[in-house]
Amino acid sequence: MMNTANERLPETSIQHIEKRPSKFKWALMIAFPICLFTISLFLGRYSVSPNQVICILGKRLLALPIETFWTDTVETVVIRVRLPRAIMAALIGAGLSMSGASFQGMFQNPLVSPYILGVSAGASFGAATGLILELPAIGIQGMSFLFGLIAVAITYLTAHIYKVTPVLMLVLSGMVVSTFFQAMLSLIKFIADDDEKLPAITFWLMGSLGSIGLQDLGIAAIPIIISMIGLYMVRWKLNVLSMGERESRSLGVNNELFKAIIIVCTTVISSTAVAFCGIIGWVGQVIPHFCRMIVGPDHRVLIPATMLVGAGYLIMIDNLCRLLTATEIPLGILTAVIGAPVFAYLLRKTKGGWN
Amino acid sequence: MCVKLSIRDASFGFNDNDLVWKDINIDVQKGECLCLLGPNGCGKTTLLNCINGNYSLKTGSVYVNQKDIKELSIIQLARTIGIVFQEHSAPFPYSSLEVVRMGRTPHLGLFETPSGEDTKLALGIMEELGIAHLADKSYTHISGGERQLVLIARTLCQQPEIILFDEPTSHLDFKNQAMVLRTIKSLSKKGMTIVMTSHFPNHVWDIGTRVAMLGYGCMVAQGYVEEVMTEQNLSKTYGVDTKIYDAKSDMGYIRFCAPNLG
Repeated sequence: MMNTANERLPETSIQHIEKRPSKFKWALMIAFPICLFTISLFLGRYSVSPNQVICILGKRLLALPIETFWTDTVETVVIRVRLPRAIMAALIGAGLSMSGASFQGMFQNPLVSPYILGVSAGASFGAATGLILELPAIGIQGMSFLFGLIAVAITYLTAHIYKVTPVLMLVLSGMVVSTFFQAMLSLIKFIADDDEKLPAITFWLMGSLGSIGLQDLGIAAIPIIISMIGLYMVRWKLNVLSMGERESRSLGVNNELFKAIIIVCTTVISSTAVAFCGIIGWVGQVIPHFCRMIVGPDHRVLIPATMLVGAGYLIMIDNLCRLLTATEIPLGILTAVIGAPVFAYLLRKTKGGWN
Repeated sequence: MCVKLSIRDASFGFNDNDLVWKDINIDVQKGECLCLLGPNGCGKTTLLNCINGNYSLKTGSVYVNQKDIKELSIIQLARTIGIVFQEHSAPFPYSSLEVVRMGRTPHLGLFETPSGEDTKLALGIMEELGIAHLADKSYTHISGGERQLVLIARTLCQQPEIILFDEPTSHLDFKNQAMVLRTIKSLSKKGMTIVMTSHFPNHVWDIGTRVAMLGYGCMVAQGYVEEVMTEQNLSKTYGVDTKIYDAKSDMGYIRFCAPNLG
C-alpha cells in the first residue's frame, strides 16, 4: 500500500506541498547583505571617490595590476577601517540572528533573545572590570569574553538537575545569573571614577563597531564562524527540539547533547560580539521573527535566512550609525531604537507569532 | 506468538519513600493491543513513560524483544518504541508534513536532515491514514483529532515495533474520537503491537485484545478482555459501582459499561 502511495506522488507535487521559499526570495535575501556590504565600503565621513574604492579593492583584494593613484590615508580608510567594520557587522549580525533563532527553537518560544542565559550581563561585567583595571584593549576583550562564558556556565550548572537541564530551569537560572552580574556591574560603575572610567564603561556598553580593525576581525572571525557552522549543522534537530524535550527524546534526540552544542555555539558568538562591540540588543529577536514571516518556521531554511538577513541588517544599522549625525551614534542605541518599533509592529502583525 | 514487551517486578516513585505503583508485571505479545485502565492519577501515563525510557524504574525492568531497554540507546529506543503523547502544544506553525517528517529523526545521522526519500515515506504514511490533504496545512491550525492523526503518522514514520498511546481520545469530540480509534484499530489489525491508556473502559471492547487495570499503587487485574472486563473488576478499579450492558443494533451486538449513578 505504501508503494502505491509513493507512485502516486510525483516529485513536483512534493515540491508543491513543501511550500519552500521561492528562488526569488532566496535571491533577495542573498542580495540584501551583499548590496549593503558593497554600499558601506563607498560611504563614510571621509570622502573617497567610488572610482578610488573600486581600484583599491581591486588592487588589494584581487591583486589586480592597478597603478596607485591614491594617498595612503585613502587606502587605510577603505582597507583598514571600512572593510573590517563591514565584515564584522555582517558576522555579528549573522551570528546574533542565528543564535536568537536557535534559542527561540530550543526554548520553544519565539520571543527569546540570545542573551537569555546571562551572557551579556557577564560579558559587560568582565569588560567593565577590564576598563577599571586599565587593561589594554585586548585584555578588556579577553575579560569580557571570559566572563560571558563564565556567566553561561554558572547558568547551565545551576539549571542542571537530575542529570538533565530542563529549558525552564535554564531560563530561570539565566535570570538569576543576569541579575547578579548586572548588580556586580553597577558596583563596578559605583566605584569607578566619574571623570574617565564611568563614561568609558557607559559608552562601551552602548556598543560600537567604530574601533574594529583588521586585527580584531582576525581574532573574532574564527570563533564566530565555527559557531555559526555548528548552529547550521543542528538546524534539523532544532525543529525536533522545538516540539518539547519529552517529544524530541521519544524521537531519538539526545536532548542534552544538542542543547549543549547550541548553548556553546550561541555563547561563543554572543560573548565575542559583546567583547568586541559591546551590547547589541534586539538583532537576535527581531531578525528571526522577521525571517519566520518570510520563510516560515522550518529551521532548515530559517537558520540560513537569519544569517543572510541578520548580516545585512546590522551592516545597514551600522551605516546609519556612521552617517546619520556628525558624531557616531552608538550601535546599541540604534538597534534598539529601530528594533523595538519593528518588533512591536511584527508582534501586532503576527499576533504573538505563535500561529 | 512471541512476547514483544514485558515488564517485570516494576515499581516507580518520584520520591524515595513514595511509590506510585509497585509489583507491576505485564506481558504483551506481538500484535496485541493492551489497554491500560485506571482512575485519574494512578500512574498510567507514568507507566508509559517508563516503558519508553523517559523515566527510569525504581526496581524491575522493561524488556523489548527480551532485551532490557536500559541497554538501548535513545536512538535505538526511538526506533523500537514510538509514543503518541496526550496533550501537546507546538510553539511554531510547522506544516503537518514537517511534523510527520520529524518521525524520521531516529533514522538520521547526528547532523543529517531528512532526504526526499524520507519525505516520500512521510507522505505515503499520511496518505495511508487518509490525512494527505493536511500535508501543507499548519499543524497549529487543524482540529484536535487531525492533530492526533498527524502525531500518529509521525510515530509510524519512526517505523517502531511498538506504539504507546497516552489517552489518544481525550479532548476529542465524538467524530474525532471515532476517527482516532478507527486508526488505532486498523494499526492493531495490521499487526502493530500497541499499548494505550484510556479513561474510557468502553474502548477496551472497541479495540483492545488485552487489558490491564491499574489501581492506586498496584495492579487490580489483567488478562484477556473477556476474562478481565467484569463488573467486579471495573467497580474495584474505579471505586464506583459499575454495570456492564449488552446492546443490539443493526450493526450487531456491542458491550459497554456505565457507572451506577443511583
